[in-house]
Amino acid sequence: MSDSFAVMIIVATIASGIRLATPFLLASLGEALGQRSGVLNLGVDGVMLLGAFGAYYTVLQSNNLYYGLLVGIAIGLLIGVFYAFITLNLQAEQGVSGIGIYLFGLGMSDLLFQKFVGTPRPILPFMPLDIPVLSGLPVVGEMLFQHSIIVYIAFGLVPVMSFVLYRTTYGLNIRAIGENPEAADSLGVSVMATRYSAIIIGNGLAGLAGAALAIELGIFQQNLTNAMGFIAIALVYFGAWSPKGVMIGSLVFGLVQAIVLQCKTFGVIPRSASDLAAMAPAIITILALVVVAKRFKQPSALTKPYVRGG
Amino acid sequence: MKKFNLSLSALLLALFLLSPSALLASGKALRVAIIAPSAQNDLAFTQSIVDGINAIKKDRDIELAITDGTFVVEDAAAAIRDYAKKGYDLVIAHGSQYGGSLKEIAPDFPDTAFAWGTSADTFGLPNVSSYEAASDQGGYVMGVMAAAMSKKGGVGVIGPIEVGDAKLYVDGFVMGAKAQNPKIRAKVNYIGSFSDVALAAEAARAHMAAGADVLTGTAQMVVGAIGAARAKRVAWFGTQANQTELAPEIVVASQVYKWEVILKKIIADMDNGVKGGKMYDINLANNGIVIEFNDAYKLDPAVKEAGMKAIAGIKDGSIVTSHK
Repeated sequence: MSDSFAVMIIVATIASGIRLATPFLLASLGEALGQRSGVLNLGVDGVMLLGAFGAYYTVLQSNNLYYGLLVGIAIGLLIGVFYAFITLNLQAEQGVSGIGIYLFGLGMSDLLFQKFVGTPRPILPFMPLDIPVLSGLPVVGEMLFQHSIIVYIAFGLVPVMSFVLYRTTYGLNIRAIGENPEAADSLGVSVMATRYSAIIIGNGLAGLAGAALAIELGIFQQNLTNAMGFIAIALVYFGAWSPKGVMIGSLVFGLVQAIVLQCKTFGVIPRSASDLAAMAPAIITILALVVVAKRFKQPSALTKPYVRGG
Repeated sequence: MKKFNLSLSALLLALFLLSPSALLASGKALRVAIIAPSAQNDLAFTQSIVDGINAIKKDRDIELAITDGTFVVEDAAAAIRDYAKKGYDLVIAHGSQYGGSLKEIAPDFPDTAFAWGTSADTFGLPNVSSYEAASDQGGYVMGVMAAAMSKKGGVGVIGPIEVGDAKLYVDGFVMGAKAQNPKIRAKVNYIGSFSDVALAAEAARAHMAAGADVLTGTAQMVVGAIGAARAKRVAWFGTQANQTELAPEIVVASQVYKWEVILKKIIADMDNGVKGGKMYDINLANNGIVIEFNDAYKLDPAVKEAGMKAIAGIKDGSIVTSHK
């Protein structure tokens, strides 16, 4: 293998890892926000599926990819309102209601697809952005600057969310009610309103993750996400509830997937070990979780409903 | 003695009237259930069996029930048992992964005929038939054409898990490509999943980065790979169902399963009181497998000719693919 070919393969692998990481990143950023406020949402995958179908169907009807993204977000926001109502107002057990949302999303997205589309029909995905100067750079250009707009939106949200969480009063409120809602409440922070907003925004990001996936793939089919939402939840723990950590976790997961794929393509991993190798990203995530779990503490009020004076 | 003979006759008559063959011969609708892993219109594995039954429905009164999307084997097992309990005449478990469940369930319902595939194993049970597609034959033909088309000398294959007709197809494709051009780089990537569309798309991109300019793939998740190939205008060979409508610009041809060929035989055997114990297969010779070309794709006549020669060779036995 010549040096230039080897470089080309490495570049393609890293670019592939970044693409694979994108939906995980969007979904786990949203989940991290919700968990920081003390609310666990196991329904991420269901929200992603509904967002994916909504975006796909919108693009199919309108031929406008941006409308698709907006519909995906809107669906996520709507489910966020519903989820916030059942977990905050009705104080339903978060784990069970999250699974309920997942099952609803899994079934409903398939039902809607069968009813309104039927046989899969392709849509044209976003083209890679042509960023002046940067896209033309050797090696780095192809690796980092020839992606679709969705990739830049996802990675651009990391500093935005870090800023919001760590540099604004709203972020401080979210972190405070995730740790000690009684104390935050006594200082005049509305636990209900803050949690509502965190859940709604988090679900909006899950909807966007699903929309991004369907649009990037240019297709929808039953269970398109293939349990990505659950991996995204694991990545929140991996990333210790910080946007930067979540991004690193998503990149590790995506890159390991891409490296395994590339190794299989070149026969570095023998076919007999193919299925075993497919588990590598999950195994690495679990190992990392074990390490992280010892070093970081989850938000103290996570999964605990708040009742004033309760 | 006369009373005994009358009772015996009544018993035999009752047994006859209740037997499936009698029900079939009586003109009542044949109740068939399909349990399959992906959506019934997936343009791949599941759609192929649904299309097969629908083709038979033109000539036969069939009441069809479908439970699709059962990627989870336990869900499929529950559906198989449920249909058997409801008295369906033929329960088709369409997926290699359902074999273990069927082996446990079938003995509990001796009056129900079960069929499953793709596999050659009937577990020695009298009410279980198995069916298989000689997908290596179509794979071989596709491989020959892919190698003849490739300008870079590289072709790529995306597979799910190395089992069943997916393995047969992949092996056949590689064999055909190498037969056409021994120097061809035929790379195979089993992604380890039947349903991970995103990973299949990236596997296609990995092949293209490695220099493949013709791609193929098998199982339900290849819709993602087809999308990735379409974005780069890389030629695609389909299998299991005609995949032209997924990307008319790049799909050259598809190996299409005509399960109706063996379904007719299974039902005919049921009419004769045989509920299982037999293995059936579709192949190029019995027209259970056909190669459908995309007329909109401008295919070099020499490439098509190479494919047609391979089909003829397999049919007359001068070319033996890896199947069996």
